[in-house]
Amino acid sequence: MTVDYIFDFLTGLLGGFLGSDYLLLASMLIPCLAIFGFITVYALIVIYAELKVSSFIQDKVGPMGQGVGLHAGKWGLLQPVADALKLLLKEDIIPSSADRPLFILAPFMIFIGAFISFVAIPFGESIIVADLNIGLFYILGVGSIAVLSLILAGWASNNKWSLYGGMRSAAQIVSYEIPAGLSLIVVIMLAGTLNLQDIIKYQEGGIFNWIIFDNPFVPIAFVVYFISALAEVNRTPFDLPESESELVAGFATEYSGMRYAFFFLSEYANMFVVSAVAAAGFLGGWQSPFAGFMSTPAWGVFWMISKTGFLIFVMIWLRWTLPRLRVDQLMNVCWKVFLPLALINIFGVAIWTVVFNS
Amino acid sequence: MADIVFWVISALTVMSAAFVVLNNQLVYSAVALLFTLFGTAGLYVFLWADFIAGIQILVYVGGILVLVIFGIMLTNKIKSVRISHKSMQQGVGGVVIFWFFIFLFLALTKAPWVVTDAVEPVGTVRGIGVLLLTDYLLPFEIISVLLLGALIGAAVLSRGDS
Repeated sequence: MTVDYIFDFLTGLLGGFLGSDYLLLASMLIPCLAIFGFITVYALIVIYAELKVSSFIQDKVGPMGQGVGLHAGKWGLLQPVADALKLLLKEDIIPSSADRPLFILAPFMIFIGAFISFVAIPFGESIIVADLNIGLFYILGVGSIAVLSLILAGWASNNKWSLYGGMRSAAQIVSYEIPAGLSLIVVIMLAGTLNLQDIIKYQEGGIFNWIIFDNPFVPIAFVVYFISALAEVNRTPFDLPESESELVAGFATEYSGMRYAFFFLSEYANMFVVSAVAAAGFLGGWQSPFAGFMSTPAWGVFWMISKTGFLIFVMIWLRWTLPRLRVDQLMNVCWKVFLPLALINIFGVAIWTVVFNS
Repeated sequence: MADIVFWVISALTVMSAAFVVLNNQLVYSAVALLFTLFGTAGLYVFLWADFIAGIQILVYVGGILVLVIFGIMLTNKIKSVRISHKSMQQGVGGVVIFWFFIFLFLALTKAPWVVTDAVEPVGTVRGIGVLLLTDYLLPFEIISVLLLGALIGAAVLSRGDS
């Protein structure tokens, strides 16, 4: 675990000056700050990617640095920085009829929900903040904070669009959690553990040992998980909670400035979390696709980030390609297609394992 | 270090639980319940019960609390509802509380608490799974059928007479 390494390092460095309690506290705070930095940098990159990918899909050029004086750098590379600055400097408005404490609490809660999921994400063989025994389960569990904070945000704004958005997001996330969880059960059945590191170690030895290629049922489970995850992070085609054409901006209607930025940041952070879970559970995590090829720990981080990054790219790609679903279609897809499919998958994988793998 | 964290979590749990009971606005009580449930999950972690802690968050925060807040927020003009927690029948209540306190105090001090070694178990998931499908298979199945019955019952009730 990273915390142990940092603790040992700090003890070697400062062991004579400070008590071990302080050093333990410091070695827990350092990875947290690192995660915070990672989320910020990642958000800047993915916002730029979103702008550029959407532009290319729509046959535009996207942000470009042009003219003299203030401009967004070469290829518009500074555009996300400008966006972040704009959000930081904007006036923070709290509607007078809003429920003040909850209105202020909601953006923090949603960010904490996204933030604490990062603790259990494995970036490499030993690069994980907390190697939890129930890692996968933990990430599923703390994901529910997002639901609560979205309803709170919607309700506290005291605005009918916000309330509708909050309700829709809650209904959507609670429903899609079920097919997503049932698809991950397939992974747990094959790997026999909830520990994300052990799940990844189970997939050692090249691309054909990845869980997704284990048997014909798992690719279906992967697709069901990925689409459900898309719905859980409220991305198009499942962005009904904030559908601009109907609800202004859904639960975020009354939010401005930094508070709005927190919702934005958590959406992107949650995209990373669900993609990382998909990468770790189905695509071998930090394992190299070819046994023994580029499989040192540093390359592990590269593989993990690139697999996750690819899935995030697919999410962006889908967003700018597909139109939004209607509410009834959304629920039909979840309960009448994904749920039966996920259940059949579990039986299929169980039978396959008994017949062929034992 | 662990002691400090334990006391912080305990204080958070107890204080937020008190807030849930003493506050007279339903919405704030529901939000405070979130901290109580998380605190309880934290206490489970201190008992090395990692799986139970996960279940606590998944079921209570992700399921029950969401349902509670859903219900509260769909209620019209919830903020104008004043929940009274005025004391009534103070004499009888005082006597009951006194004897209940004595009872709890004695139960807590006299009970032969089993103290296990403070060694970290390798993880509780496997053990729970094996026990559920061997020794406790029948209760497990009965609970499943009960929950299924409740589910069907809820669906029938909410559909009405049509």
